[in-house]
Parts: sequence; C-alpha cells; structure tokens
Amino acid sequence: MALLELTDVHAGYGAIKALHGVSVSVEPGSIVAILGANGAGKTTTLRSISGMVKSAGRITFDGKEITNHKPEDIARRGIAHVPEGRGTLAQLTVWENLQMGAYVRRDRRRVKQDYDRVMEYFPWMGRRRDQVAALLSGGEQQMLAIGRALMMAPRLLLLDEPSLGLAPIVIREIFEIVGTISKEQDLTVLIVEQNANLALRAAQRAYVLEVGRVVLEGPAAELARHESVRKSYLGQ
Amino acid sequence: MIELVAGNPVQAFVQQVVSGLASGAVYASLALSLVLIYRAMDVANFAQGEMAMFSTFIAYALITGFHLPYLIAFALTIAISFGGGVLIERVVIRPFEGSSVLTLVIVTLALFSIVNGTAGLIWGYVFKTFDSPFQFGAVHFQGLYIGYQDLGIIGVTLVVLALVFVFFRYTKLGLAMRAASLYPEASRLLGVRTGWMLAFGWGISAAVGAVSGMMIAPVVFLDPGFMQPVLLFAFVGAVLGGIESPLGAVVGGVLVGVLLALLGTYVPGGENLRIAMGLVVIVAVLLIKPAGLFGRSEVRRV
Repeated sequence: MALLELTDVHAGYGAIKALHGVSVSVEPGSIVAILGANGAGKTTTLRSISGMVKSAGRITFDGKEITNHKPEDIARRGIAHVPEGRGTLAQLTVWENLQMGAYVRRDRRRVKQDYDRVMEYFPWMGRRRDQVAALLSGGEQQMLAIGRALMMAPRLLLLDEPSLGLAPIVIREIFEIVGTISKEQDLTVLIVEQNANLALRAAQRAYVLEVGRVVLEGPAAELARHESVRKSYLGQ
Repeated sequence: MIELVAGNPVQAFVQQVVSGLASGAVYASLALSLVLIYRAMDVANFAQGEMAMFSTFIAYALITGFHLPYLIAFALTIAISFGGGVLIERVVIRPFEGSSVLTLVIVTLALFSIVNGTAGLIWGYVFKTFDSPFQFGAVHFQGLYIGYQDLGIIGVTLVVLALVFVFFRYTKLGLAMRAASLYPEASRLLGVRTGWMLAFGWGISAAVGAVSGMMIAPVVFLDPGFMQPVLLFAFVGAVLGGIESPLGAVVGGVLVGVLLALLGTYVPGGENLRIAMGLVVIVAVLLIKPAGLFGRSEVRRV
C-alpha cells in the first residue's frame, strides 16, 4: 500500500487555481520526484499535503485521510516538510533549530540517537552548534533544514526545491546525502525540483506537472529517456 | 526625602538614582510584558496596564477579602493572571487572528475599556490602600537612606526577569514560543501549535504585568486608573530600549525610572513635567534611533 496517496487534488489561492486534479502515489521507502516548470503547481502540491493550503480531493497518509488537517497535526503524524526557502529559523542557533525539529517528541533516548546520526551526516553542525542560523551559507541552511526534519523522525520527507540558489557542487552533495539517508533509514522522500537531471537520478519514480496537472508519470529512468522530458526539462 | 541628604550633592544624586531604580524596575516589568506581546503579534497591547491593574485588585481581594497571607496571595495572583492572559487571547484576540494591525490595536483599546470598567464595577472608584509586603524603614549606607520598599521592588523584579529569561532561553517550551513568534509558518510544519504559543505568551505577559502592578500599588493608591501612568512610562521604556527587544525593554524601563526621578529633583516643577518628558523621550527616540537602543533595524524580505 502506498504511504502517501493524492487522489484528484484541487487547490489554489483565492480565485487562482494552482492544481486541477493531481493524483500522486508514493510507495514506502522510495524517493519520488515531482518535476515541472515554475508555476506548474509543484510547491502547491507539497503545501496541500502538509495542510498549508486548502484543497479539495483526497489525501491519505498511511491509509488515513489527512486532507485539510492542520499543518501541526499533519507534522505530528510524521510528515516533515522542508519548505521553499528552507524554513530556516534564522535568528535561532543551529542547535536550537535541531531541537525544534524534535519539539513534539518525548522519547529522549531516541532523540539523542537521531541527533548523533544527524551529526554523522553533517559533522560541521557539531562544531557550529551555537552559531546563529542566519550566518550559515545557503547550502548549510539547506542541510540544517534537512537535519532538522530528520530530528522529527519522520516517515515521509517533503523537500521543496532543495537546489534553489545553490552552487552545482553543493546541490550534488545534498542530493547524495538525501539518497544515503533514504537508503539507510528507509525514509520515504517526495522531492520537488526544477533541476530534473539530478532529481531523476535520485528518484525511483517521477511525475511531471504542467499547469496544475500531471502530464507524465512513471519510473524515473524511463522518464529520463522520454522524448518530451529530455526536450523540456533536461535541455537535450 | 531630598532634605535629608541635601548637604551632600553627590549623595543626593545617588539617592535619587536608587529611588529611580525602584520605579524603573516597575516600568521595566510592564515594558517587558508589552514587548512579549509585541514580538508575538506586532501589536502594542494598550490594555496591558489595565490587565495589571485588574491583577492587583485580585491580589487586594485575596488579601483583604480572603485574608490570605501576602506571599500566597502574590503567587495565586500570578497564577490567576497567567490563566486570565491565556483566556483573553483565546476569547478576545483569537477571533481577530490574521487581522490588520489597526484592527488589533482597536481590539486592545476595547479591552482597555472593558477591563477598566469591570474593575470599577466590582471594586468601585474609591481610592484603596494596598499594604506593602516590605517592612517600613530604610537601610543606612554611606549617608544614603535606601528604603526596604525600594530594595524589595528591585529584588522582586530582578527575580521575575531572571525567571522569564531562563524560561525563554533554556526550556523547550520557551524555545518553541520564540520560534512560533518569529517563524509561525515554519514552526507549524514542525508540529508547534502556534495558536497556543501565542496564548501562553499572553499568559506570561499578564503574569509579569501583575508583578509590576503589585509592586507599585503600595507606593500609589489603588483605583481602576492607577496603572495608566505606569503604562505610559513602560511604553517610553519599551520604545527607548527597542520595542522588539526584551532586554531593551528592561534597560529602557529602568532608564526612564531614573530619568524621571532626576527630573523631579533637579528641574523646578519637574514633578509636573513627567508625562510631557515621557512623550519627549518617545519622540526623540523615534526621530534619532527608531529601533531603540537594543533593537535592530530589521530588513524584511517582501
């Protein structure tokens, strides 16, 4: 059974409709990518999953309906959403950011384990734990956002454009880490990207959105070979 | 008071500074309660003084009506004020969540009237005396006379401020409240119930304000308007220190207390210029350094 299932989801901002019936299915343990141009509805898709935007249709997580639940309740069910712009708590320190990730958790021992694991993935955080997050570079802030999401011990990680505004070498590093984490912790990841090349390499399955509709879907490797994807999104 | 030490100008000066510190401590705690709410919702709560007034009346009722010992009444009043602050946020403020700043300002002005009128209805408008918990008398030190009252006010305020600091700095809930006020959306994605965080903020703010009311009440008389000048000077302190900075509020409040004490001593008729002076400070700060002494002029991304 799919961990996350979107069925005919419509959503928008006031009079402007951003999604016109999107259906997406995410299998547990996999990385799924949503590709598309600016304004295709990628971010809105993630926002409707995490309850940040009102939506019609049906969204289920682990078999239970979560459509239009409050963001905080959806987060508490185990969905970690790293929003566009990373949601960095800029005035708080690295350590405080990570602690906020574990805010709803009561199992101190496990939290400590997850903290140690985050330190293994991102050793620099330990050295800079008392530094204010605003002083980090864009790449470091993205890593901090991912580290903070891991502190939630989520079952599903939503990543919104992790490559935005970062240098190619940093982007590659981040995608590698996400791949490693997904494999090692059997973490399900739904990733929204404009950088189709990297996303298709990291993902097992992908969807292509155009003006609020899914126009293509399938195994990532197949999509990477698809004529129109190559033309429109891979620049070939 | 001044006649006692008039012989020595330095002593007279220090004497005034110390008594200014005591009233400054009261302004500081009310200023802090203003800033706590301002940071959480970008709105100055004009009812802050009236809420503190109401809290003080509750303490008065507990002491004179229920004959509770001062310390128990004090603690109980803080707890009740916390609950009252939470309740006010849930019932009065929450329906206006997401409204414009102007709307919220008007809501706090309405709250001002409601709280003031309710206190008048219950306790009337006749001046009442609120007994001081501190012994009458003074410490004699190097030719100075420092009242137990003043020392007590300063001491209690310091303890309260320290507790607030430790709470926001070192507890998980305090951290979440800071995060929720600065980054509401990102905080919700981490599972923080931001609505409740705001309510707790109101609760803590009301509790801190209650302390300021209970500390100043023995110095002045108790009536439904007794906190209004205090609120004005707390505002001056908050603006002076930086309306977004808790530390600034405290420093600003204390500075205002000292400034007013010196004004009363060294300027002929200065006692009557206090309110004008307060407004002059506000205007000066807004002209010269709008962010205040401890505030940062924030660059906001649009």
